[in-house]
Amino acid sequence: MKEEILRDVERAVLTLNVNGEPAQLLVPVHKTLLEVLREDMQLTGTKHGCELGECGTCTVLIDGKPHLSCLVLPIQVEGRAITTVEGMASGSDLDPLQTAFAEIGAAQCGYCTPGILLSARSLLEENPRPSRGEIKEALAGNLCRCTGYTKIVEAIELAAGRMA
Amino acid sequence: MKVVGKPLPKVDAAPKVTGRAVYADDMLPARTLHCKILRSPHPHARIVSIDTSAARRIPGVLAVITGSDLPVKFGILPVTQDERALEHEKARYVGDPIVAIAATDEEIAAAACDAVAVEYEVLEPVMSIDAALATPKDERIQDYGGPNNVHKFVALEFGDVEGGFARADHVREDVFFYQGNTHLPMEQHSAIATYVDGRVTLWSSTQVVHYVHRALSRVLELPMHRIRVIGAAHGGGFGGKTDPFAHEIIVAKLAMITGRPVKCTLTREEVFYAHRGRHPVLMWVRTGVTHDGRITAMHFRTALDGGAYGSYGVASTFYTGALQPVTYDIPAYRFEGCRVFTNKPPCGPKRGHGTPQPRFGLELHLEKIARDLGLDPVDMKRRNYVKPNTRTVNWLRVTSCGLEECTQRVLEASGFKTRERRPGRGMGFAISSYLSGAGTAIYWNDMPHSEVQIKVDRGGVTAYCGAMDIGQGSDSVLATVVAEELGLQPSDVRLVTADTDTTPIDLGSYSSRVTFMAGNAALEAARKMRELLVQAVAGAGKRYEEVSFEEASVLAEARFGTLTTAGSYTPPKIAGPYKGSGVGPSPAYSYSACVVDLDADARTGLIKVNKVWIAHDVGRAINPLLVEGQVEGSVYMGLGEALMEEQVFRKGLHKWPSMLEYKSPTFLDMPEVETFIVETDDPEGPYGAKEAGQGPLLPVPPAVSAAVYDALGVWIDEVPVTPEKVVEALRRKDKGETPRYGPQRFPAIPYPETIKVDGPVGHQDGTC
Ligand code: FES
Ligand code: FES
Repeated sequence: MKEEILRDVERAVLTLNVNGEPAQLLVPVHKTLLEVLREDMQLTGTKHGCELGECGTCTVLIDGKPHLSCLVLPIQVEGRAITTVEGMASGSDLDPLQTAFAEIGAAQCGYCTPGILLSARSLLEENPRPSRGEIKEALAGNLCRCTGYTKIVEAIELAAGRMA
Repeated sequence: MKVVGKPLPKVDAAPKVTGRAVYADDMLPARTLHCKILRSPHPHARIVSIDTSAARRIPGVLAVITGSDLPVKFGILPVTQDERALEHEKARYVGDPIVAIAATDEEIAAAACDAVAVEYEVLEPVMSIDAALATPKDERIQDYGGPNNVHKFVALEFGDVEGGFARADHVREDVFFYQGNTHLPMEQHSAIATYVDGRVTLWSSTQVVHYVHRALSRVLELPMHRIRVIGAAHGGGFGGKTDPFAHEIIVAKLAMITGRPVKCTLTREEVFYAHRGRHPVLMWVRTGVTHDGRITAMHFRTALDGGAYGSYGVASTFYTGALQPVTYDIPAYRFEGCRVFTNKPPCGPKRGHGTPQPRFGLELHLEKIARDLGLDPVDMKRRNYVKPNTRTVNWLRVTSCGLEECTQRVLEASGFKTRERRPGRGMGFAISSYLSGAGTAIYWNDMPHSEVQIKVDRGGVTAYCGAMDIGQGSDSVLATVVAEELGLQPSDVRLVTADTDTTPIDLGSYSSRVTFMAGNAALEAARKMRELLVQAVAGAGKRYEEVSFEEASVLAEARFGTLTTAGSYTPPKIAGPYKGSGVGPSPAYSYSACVVDLDADARTGLIKVNKVWIAHDVGRAINPLLVEGQVEGSVYMGLGEALMEEQVFRKGLHKWPSMLEYKSPTFLDMPEVETFIVETDDPEGPYGAKEAGQGPLLPVPPAVSAAVYDALGVWIDEVPVTPEKVVEALRRKDKGETPRYGPQRFPAIPYPETIKVDGPVGHQDGTC
């Protein structure tokens, strides 16, 4: 019976390492990382546009690599380093990418921004001076409907230049 | 000027790049219930019965409502109050909301929706313009409008059209089709409501806080002062969040029933059903010209596939005919428009509202006429440009107009006239114009369209305005205007916006109205505040520029008491003397010109856009960085519409209600864009400013199609311009048929008798 299934959701105790802080949680095993971050940890900086792995909005870093949090089960990433947009700044100092995005208007509505910032950060860690083509390639899984991508590419180049 | 015209960061940039901005779905107050909506699986069906008893028995379900709980109809336009938050009599499209459930979590609400039994009597769906014009097999979709499934007719004639055609040396007719597409905002619509002490509060991702406020009051049957609507941080609109929506009304009702916060976030699939996107429009145009390409008369017909409800459709219909004379001097003009109901999600306003479709047809039509006459298309178009400070034949008042300068900028930069000519490579040119705010409100009234209050105390400034920032930067515009007048930086100005309890009215982020209207209201309020400060400082024997703002504000507060000022903006009454003249007038029009350079592969039909040059007459850029952002975003969206985006249906079902299958441009598809900001200092805009958010989309689709002709010698007379269509047109060309892909005919539409209107005396010569 559906009703019984709903009452007996299997839950698991998990320890997640998010933005350098360990957190112990009791969550239904079928909840996605996206849902756990947003609903159980109040880390609502991570957004969603489809919850089906199609838009890139929910991108977080797992051990430095971009992943779609709507397709990840938390149980798969126990013990690994998860980074969300809330973990990008150090203290009140913004990441150079965040500063560049703010300065040149790479965030309009800002909804795609957290996911794009994290994809860009992973790119710059691997390839500190990417070409325009490499930036576009790395970010191709992140959709943005506001900016036409132009200022985003410019902001990543600006940040890369400053970090070099 | 100190801050106007400077490329400063947006005032809300920091919350957006840190993830701190709170969008509606980010809110989760204690005890929040989650709402799911059961939607119709049939495109057209009578609802025989709804049995919710099993759903109600599921533990965790706190409320179940149907249409009989919310029977009052609503709709954005006063003339088309044809929607219900939940329908209990008839479903009109797949996705029409039928039952809403609030439960302790989302999965329980979804399971409870599955437990509802709805009995339908399935009716024959009407899925095309042709079908809507024919006698319905079962019954009409709506019980108003007509004949058959016609929703709205418009038939207007300005000046001596017959005489104009008689004078012409050449007359040409063409048919075009513009496929429907959708906004696809990255943020799924979301709303959350509470009911505390007899008052409803709703946070929503809406573009039109005030119109949602009105609709809630009507349907919930509560006075407006018992409802508060707040615009949450906004994840993208493009016109898609400009109607009051069922889920906004539903969460408010469920909060009233349960006494708990209730949230509803649409799934991506539901966003495709909420829609209100670009109308599919079939067009027929006939134009007479002299030997040297001067237009003598034009007759434009449109047929709009409206979907199941009215939405903005009456306005959209007028808009498909209104702005043609705002770019070209058309001495005699006849327009016939028709919107039909079909069993699809309702269409409404998307960036450019009703004008990208005729712009596509008009620009290509003129290209073809020029070629008929052996003229250069760009030269022929320029010969017909409207002049500043004129009235069009349909009575629209043109003030500042940078069309010629925009044209020069893109032609020069792109090297259009001296471009290399080789098969497979092409350039296309097109122009356009758009409103800086609709001259009339959605509902008829004499009140201001935008109001701003400013408070200064102990060195701090706060500006209050109902304007809703949807990412376009309206908050930054408000802060910049106030800062400029008071001698501050935009970041010094605190803002309270988009909250019906605490801010004075602004009609919302639609029709590109905010910079012009809220900007002017802010300017008035800020100038009054400056006046108080200057007076008080002068009373102390000093000059305003010499003292700190803190000192000035202390002196003024000591002298006058509480420091508040207000400003408001009401558009001038400039509509023409005929019925239907309310759609089209604007206090100012923006102008754009664009060149697209592309490669088109004759074998595969694949198109690769290499570069877009676009010049936009924004009057004056209050913040050039934000203007560029709007222009680039518009070009992007125009390319998406031109090349790939389409909202299409098969057997009553949306073919592609997902982001994977509904194609939109990615980072890799986006070419380089070179933007030129042209400043014409509009006499009525704040510091001379006009709009930038919508107009620059318009010339892109026709420029793409013109470039394909330049590259391959085939006309693609419909968007999207897909590889299949290019290949098919080339096949026809090879076989010696007309080298064209596009609609073959325009249906016979029983337009009513045309209302004849004299054009303004001396229109175009600057005397009226
Ligand atoms: S929410 Fe769209 S990919 Fe995860
Ligand atoms: S800034 Fe709005 S979706 Fe990217």
